[in-house]
Amino acid sequence: MTTTKEPRQPVGTTPPEGTVPLEIHDLTVAYHRKPVLWGIDLQVPPGQLVGIVGPNGAGKSTLIKAIMGLLPASSGWVKIFGKPYRKNLDRVGYMPQRESVDWDFPVSVMDVVLMGRYGHLGLFRRPGRSDREIARACLEKVKMLPFANRQIANLSGGQQQRVFLARALAQESDLYLMDEPFAGVDAATESAIITLLHELRQRGKTLLVVHHDLPTARNYFDMLLLLNMRVVAFGPTQKVFTYELLQKTYGGRLTILSEVAQAVGEKHE
Amino acid sequence: MPLLLMLAASPSLQAARIGDVSDTHWLEQAVRFFSFQDPSLRYALIGSILLGVTCGLLGSFIVVRKLALMGDALSHAVLPGVAIGFLWSMSKNPVAIFIGATVAGLLGALMVNLLTQTTRLKEDTALGMVLAGFFALGVCLVSMIQRLPTGTKTGIDKFLFGQAAAIGAGDVWLMSGVAVLSLLAITLFYKQFLVTSFDPGFGRVIGMPVQVFHLVLMLLLAFAVVIALQAVGVVLVSAMLITPPAAAYMLTDRLHRMLVLAALFGLLSGAIGAFLSFLGNSLPTGPCMVLAASLVFGAAFLGAPRHGVITRWWRQRSRVRRIGRENTLKSIYHVLEDRDFVGEGVSLKELAERRRETIEEARRQARELHRHDFATLQDEDHSIWLTPRGWQRAAAIVRNHRLWELYLTHSASIAADHVHEDAEKIEHVLGEDVVRQLERHLDFATRDPHGKRIPSSVDIHQAGRPAPSREDPRPTGYGGGS
Repeated sequence: MTTTKEPRQPVGTTPPEGTVPLEIHDLTVAYHRKPVLWGIDLQVPPGQLVGIVGPNGAGKSTLIKAIMGLLPASSGWVKIFGKPYRKNLDRVGYMPQRESVDWDFPVSVMDVVLMGRYGHLGLFRRPGRSDREIARACLEKVKMLPFANRQIANLSGGQQQRVFLARALAQESDLYLMDEPFAGVDAATESAIITLLHELRQRGKTLLVVHHDLPTARNYFDMLLLLNMRVVAFGPTQKVFTYELLQKTYGGRLTILSEVAQAVGEKHE
Repeated sequence: MPLLLMLAASPSLQAARIGDVSDTHWLEQAVRFFSFQDPSLRYALIGSILLGVTCGLLGSFIVVRKLALMGDALSHAVLPGVAIGFLWSMSKNPVAIFIGATVAGLLGALMVNLLTQTTRLKEDTALGMVLAGFFALGVCLVSMIQRLPTGTKTGIDKFLFGQAAAIGAGDVWLMSGVAVLSLLAITLFYKQFLVTSFDPGFGRVIGMPVQVFHLVLMLLLAFAVVIALQAVGVVLVSAMLITPPAAAYMLTDRLHRMLVLAALFGLLSGAIGAFLSFLGNSLPTGPCMVLAASLVFGAAFLGAPRHGVITRWWRQRSRVRRIGRENTLKSIYHVLEDRDFVGEGVSLKELAERRRETIEEARRQARELHRHDFATLQDEDHSIWLTPRGWQRAAAIVRNHRLWELYLTHSASIAADHVHEDAEKIEHVLGEDVVRQLERHLDFATRDPHGKRIPSSVDIHQAGRPAPSREDPRPTGYGGGS
């Protein structure tokens, strides 16, 4: 991640350093030289449940991955609780998409959730009793404790999703980044997950969640980020969930921006 | 381990050619081979065991990461390194060969990486090309070496298919070193290897140096390939990396157990392969070890408790038979019900008619029930009488069937004439707790959608028979025509 220029002071109230869970400045991410995210500016206040919505290809997943350094950025920076990402690893919890792993891998549900504790263990230590207790508690929260010893292939899609959620919870973080936690899950799982997310928010955690379904987005989240390669709007759900802004986000796939992006990508081939 | 080192350090005689023995009985050969008595054979056996364990352990990781092709490429890519190492030292110096092979292996891995990062080529293409290219270079070099006028060229051709007899003291030291290093790395950094294999993205997020551990694994793999070269040969070494872990994968669902099993199977394959080569008058050891490993895999494939082909077939067969018995019991119940449970014996003719089959068929099924203590054959084999156990099972199956039909018509709103087929299948698999739930859900109804009486638990467990349906003046619960 390049740190080329000094940050402009954000407009409006400036919270003291270290308390803003997530601050993004001028983030641009390219995939094979084709820009996917342009100049993203974002300041997420603490204790909010934020939903990220936008059409397919809008860069929602890309944004999450770029925040965590999983994808390189061609410009801009990201700060987590006031420090560059790498310095504050233990404060971020991550829940990836289900497709990101091979579910035939010979591990049990408990093994996967324990991985969430590894960040706290250092190079040589093995998970101890307290780590197991925490893992069990997280499994209990997502109602997967009876499955603790099952190999992960023998689970339904919703159950796999819940295992990933339990792993993120086991990280015991203050900022959670979740990539489509509701994708392809049954209604019971969905309701269980959103209840859990609200509970986390009550406890003062900040959550950034990529979401694919507009109608539920209005009910689930305190704030919404309307994303389509750039920030269309960001703010409290009531203010942002308007026809005009949604039209701007979703309407017309080939906006000028994406056309230019296409051209830039082709030029570099 | 101390024992092995001690043995390895003992003064070694000129290694006799494996197979240079008179035609004694193979059992005696086995004793001679496995008892570590013969110093000339000791190194062969120890070396084979060490490489089996090392390859099994490290190979497990490439099997679960779907990198099997990488193992193959690596093992073929080292050949030019071996040749150059040989040329450099002009002898079969293990250290020179080790260094040469490792450098070649790493170069190959780097080249694959370069190709996939900078072009559109996918990993399998890059691996295939690098594998073939390096191997071809190696073969040319080896052929050149064989034409050299020096006398020290012996042994280089054995690198293609392996010859365990060629393992000397120096080789065993090297192999022990790599084995110990691998064991240490896996034990100390198990959680890192686990995460980087399963979910490297998550690993990066929690701050694990994923690339470093990936490289360490590749390096250890390169070492394993190199130490296995002598005994197994370049062409087949990848099989020792893949086959024992594959066999282990059939037997367990946990990585740590898979590692142990893979090491064990590797050990077995190594030892047996070396022994077979010894028996067979200098058969090349590589193919023997891989054959042994494949046989072990075959056994696991067929007989594994959960995933094995034979065990699954057996379970299926048992299930089909159980369902057959239960259907017969059900038919007997129906026959009895039709005559209001008057009289306990059911004639074979009645049963055959009910099930629309021959009397021979009916008799065969009756005998099957008899075998399982569900019924007895009386009247010179012309009639069947249910035992208390048989009665319970028959009534329970009928209850399951009718409860399920009622559930489907009442709660799932499925038409009454659609539910029979479904119930025919479900009746055999409803567990007791689900039955309890159904009974509660349906308010302990006594009639199914067709008006037939649903056996209650009282009916099932008393040795006597339920009251005939005519004594119930009116249907209670949800009956007929819903």
